[in-house]
Amino acid sequence: MIWLNVVIQGVLVGGFYALFACGLSLMFGVMRVINLAHGDMAVVAAYVAVFLTPHAHIPEVWAFVVVAPLFGVVGYVVQRTLIQKSIDRDPFTTLLVTFGLSVIIENLLLEIYSSNGQIVNVGELIVKSWHPQTIIYISYVSLAVLAAAVAVLGLLQVFLSKSGTGRLIRAVADDHEAAQLSGTNYRHIFGIAAAIAFATVALAGISYGMMTEFAPTSGGINLLFAFETVVIGGIGSLWGTLVGGIALGVAQQFGAHFNPEYQVLAGNILFLVVLAIRPEGLFGKRTALA
Amino acid sequence: MSEILLEVDELTVHHGQLCAVDGVSFKVDRGEVLTMVGANGAGKSTLLRTVAGLHHQTSGTIRFQGVNVTKLAPQRRARLGIALVPEGRRLFSSLTLEENLQVGAHHAARGPFSIERVYELFDWMPARRRQRAWQFSGGEQQAIAIGRALVANPQVLLLDELSLGLAPIVIERIYALIPDIVAHGVGILLVEQDVTLGVGVADRVHCMLEGKTSLTGTSGELTSAQIERAYFGGEMSATSPPHESPA
Repeated sequence: MIWLNVVIQGVLVGGFYALFACGLSLMFGVMRVINLAHGDMAVVAAYVAVFLTPHAHIPEVWAFVVVAPLFGVVGYVVQRTLIQKSIDRDPFTTLLVTFGLSVIIENLLLEIYSSNGQIVNVGELIVKSWHPQTIIYISYVSLAVLAAAVAVLGLLQVFLSKSGTGRLIRAVADDHEAAQLSGTNYRHIFGIAAAIAFATVALAGISYGMMTEFAPTSGGINLLFAFETVVIGGIGSLWGTLVGGIALGVAQQFGAHFNPEYQVLAGNILFLVVLAIRPEGLFGKRTALA
Repeated sequence: MSEILLEVDELTVHHGQLCAVDGVSFKVDRGEVLTMVGANGAGKSTLLRTVAGLHHQTSGTIRFQGVNVTKLAPQRRARLGIALVPEGRRLFSSLTLEENLQVGAHHAARGPFSIERVYELFDWMPARRRQRAWQFSGGEQQAIAIGRALVANPQVLLLDELSLGLAPIVIERIYALIPDIVAHGVGILLVEQDVTLGVGVADRVHCMLEGKTSLTGTSGELTSAQIERAYFGGEMSATSPPHESPA
């Protein structure tokens, strides 16, 4: 029963990793951009939820309703200006620019909000949990985050495979020049993909703040976990991202069960094993690496 | 009175230092086929890509139905009615056949072509419309690429090296479509290395040599000897006749 609990806790945190990683995966899959500021954008979303939305009389729990669309707009604008300008130069520039963005965001947050830890206040919900068995506690917040992750990935999957805009996103990811020849403004489509990615990362950031304490420098470690999730699951596969997140979460919980210091280590070992044995990831296509 | 669809005037294009297209002018009328012939590196593909907007010209103008499109982005030209079937097909490889056509039709103008019409032109397509584009043979991919361009209902169709890498029987089938397309009033600008093929379907022929126009005329009035000279360069064929026939 102890092991069942380890797996359950792993699955719960894995849902969060998947939610965090899907935007990273989308930006890389469509624009070939590795957004090194991805983790910091999540942290910004959490700060906006804690410090800014209360001014608009929106409780922190419901902040995602306004913060996610707001981040969608920010994502579109950042893509059409900063990131597109970097893509137009060369792929390496996008790494430098997003890394610079990451440094700027972290330092601005430190300057404005100090390095004190914050949480997104969800009231009494934080201590409530479902207790089906003597040693198994399933936190409602974690369960809600897992449900949100599954819902977001499912909606994204349906949007990409069924809608006209989703089809254009996939077409542009395959060959943006050919898409132009069919009358598509690929920069606009890149902007839409970035908007989706930023909206999901805002949800992830607020979820993070509900589950645990965050600080201006929390982005880095979460970005690492997001990378590991994408690589384990396979680039370009949304359900792979969910499985990757869960695999990472379970591995970490197993490590932590033996010794809390082994939590991150166990995840890193799983990541390295997958990279060595199946570099395209569990659900990725070999062609995606070409 | 024929209607001029596409009018290219003194177009010059550089690839870095290299002058790939040097002061080329031509017109494409509604319902006619203009074939560009020339050896590898003569600048034909660059010319086509520049007309579609994928390359920037150094100088010169491109007019489409009287409108100067020289400064327009490729997608704006596509929506106006200029469609390029690029060299190497360039399908969306992870999308299905039908999705490739749907992307082509996303910004389509009104006109005779639709996905259903393309399915009539290529009767093997409906049964395989859910297959991914990368699963098709070269000839099939070329047909899908033509279909993807047609569903946008273009006024001018730019065809780049249709026969490249395809079996003769497949080439024959694809070329057999051209009269059908032209009959709908579409003007075609065809780039072809295979002179016999290209001149066979052409109303007029434009020869390019090292970026410059070396010969123009209607396909009826030009002799194969003239075209051969224009293809390889006059002096060269006088001193050392080409070993391989361009056809």
